[in-house]
Amino acid sequence: MTGTIILIAAGAVLLIFVWWMIAIFNGLVRLRNAVKNAWAQIDVQLKRRHDLIPNLVETAKGYMKHERETLESVIKARNQAAEASKNSAGASAQGALESGLSGALRNFMVVVERYPDLKADTLFSNLQEELASTENRISFARQAYNDAVMMMNNKVEMFPGNIVAGMFNFSKESFFEIEVEAERAVPEVSFS
Amino acid sequence: MFELIQANQRRSRWLLAGMFLVLLGVGFTIGALMLPTPEQALAGGIIGMGVAFMIWALQALIAWSSGDRLLMAVAGARQIQKADHPQLFNVVEEMTLAARLPAVPQVYIIEDMSLNAFATGRKPEKAAVAVTAGLLSKLNRDQLQGVIAHEIAHIANRDTEFMTFAGIMLGSIILITELFHRSIWYATRTTGSMRRYSSNRSGKDGNAALLVLLVISMVLAVLAPLLAQILYFACSRRREYLADAGGAVFTRYPEGLASALEVIAGNPGDKETTSRAMAPMYIINPLQSARSFNSLFSTHPPVDERIRILRNMSGGTAYRDYAAAWEKVSGSKAVDMPASAMAFTAAQSAVPAAQDSAAAAASSVPADQDARQRHRETAEMLRRMHHYRLITCSCGLKAKIPPQYPHAAVKCPRCGKMHRIA
Repeated sequence: MTGTIILIAAGAVLLIFVWWMIAIFNGLVRLRNAVKNAWAQIDVQLKRRHDLIPNLVETAKGYMKHERETLESVIKARNQAAEASKNSAGASAQGALESGLSGALRNFMVVVERYPDLKADTLFSNLQEELASTENRISFARQAYNDAVMMMNNKVEMFPGNIVAGMFNFSKESFFEIEVEAERAVPEVSFS
Repeated sequence: MFELIQANQRRSRWLLAGMFLVLLGVGFTIGALMLPTPEQALAGGIIGMGVAFMIWALQALIAWSSGDRLLMAVAGARQIQKADHPQLFNVVEEMTLAARLPAVPQVYIIEDMSLNAFATGRKPEKAAVAVTAGLLSKLNRDQLQGVIAHEIAHIANRDTEFMTFAGIMLGSIILITELFHRSIWYATRTTGSMRRYSSNRSGKDGNAALLVLLVISMVLAVLAPLLAQILYFACSRRREYLADAGGAVFTRYPEGLASALEVIAGNPGDKETTSRAMAPMYIINPLQSARSFNSLFSTHPPVDERIRILRNMSGGTAYRDYAAAWEKVSGSKAVDMPASAMAFTAAQSAVPAAQDSAAAAASSVPADQDARQRHRETAEMLRRMHHYRLITCSCGLKAKIPPQYPHAAVKCPRCGKMHRIA
């Protein structure tokens, strides 16, 4: 009689334990998917930037006759980045090219300041807002990715998640960090 | 973050359950009091409970099926598309990304020059944000971003869902007690009812019963809604702080929201159409003056305190930093945030928040010119919403033709050229 009671109790405890493990496991899967989704979002926003730049440069061309170099460097950086993402060149190579593009765009926006006519152009100012928003979206998407990674890593490292993570091979994800010096530095403004 | 939401939901469920019990209790008491004899009282109580439940269920059903649209209609809001105001749309989409919401909320405009905003929706997949036209014309991009981040935080924290249902519960309780109150008042005024109430007893007894009834109804009518409101508003205030913290976390730039709140508080516009039930949903309470003290019945914490907390976030932009700033400003223990939210150190932002690169270039524009531009854009958006036609004359003048304009052509007031209205 007591034997059966102990058996039932042990079974119940085991059942609760398994159920608890499943809940943790599902939580980890959810977090990992969130990380994946957040990473995909960054790509979406980078793509958006690639699509936007040709229009922007085309509109600016008419006003910026003497800035061929700046425009060409933007287009070149854009094409390289777009090419790399099409060939899926790997995160770090892609990241470097995107940083180059960001730098080129910053130079471009500084140059735009010298052309009041261009800034008054409705089409251009719309595109400028789109570009500003796209830059924001890229940084917010990266920020959201890092937030997702942070949550994942906290769960993987902390008890009791670390036990389940160890059993089922959940590993820590790596943060998005800016590797290129050019992106960290304040853009250089030259008034030559 | 996720656990923050869970903690919020747990608390909400308790509050909603509590309010539901108050609702049924009120129904029972009223039902029991309506019937004269003790034998009938139990049956009356059960009927009263049933009626209370029906009233609640009906309202909940309406809110569930078309609550958002109704709310927007009450607020006088109209849905807009991206072409109507690209910047607002962009900001909403940016914040959706930062908060990792599953879908971009719908965007509404309230045609009012006061400064306010609110969010609604019973789940994050199907939410909406509304801002006033005044807000769009007065705030710059960073400030707008702060406000939208606050609203998106409400959606992410599931505050909108909770406030909808708590609001219905509160509304039902008020409605039922009000109905009872009126019916008693009516009964005392009409002799016919008097006779009905005292038909089974001697006249003296009946009068005494009626008096007791009156007193109980008075107490009930005053106390129940009061209690429900205190609960409701306490929850609302706590959620405002959390949404402020969320706004800082999402933008990584507390100053944006802080300066926006400052501008909003400095522009007291009166919005006549705001109903009391909707007040907790706005970013600041439209019915209260900005510097009012923190009472049991405030839906929002005082604005200047909220600004000071945001400006005191010196260490960083995580929930933990907000809690620290809160302690510093208010001098008491922080708003209880779950440990998991505190552990969340807001992973370093890839790029220092919203205003960088391209946006920085635009900031060299003189402030007043920028403001004029915004004002014009808002006005243009409103005209487009009302189907004004825009005709650009060759002399550079832009004519705005109202939809009611009766003629087929219009003469340019500057150069006299005739334009056909297509």
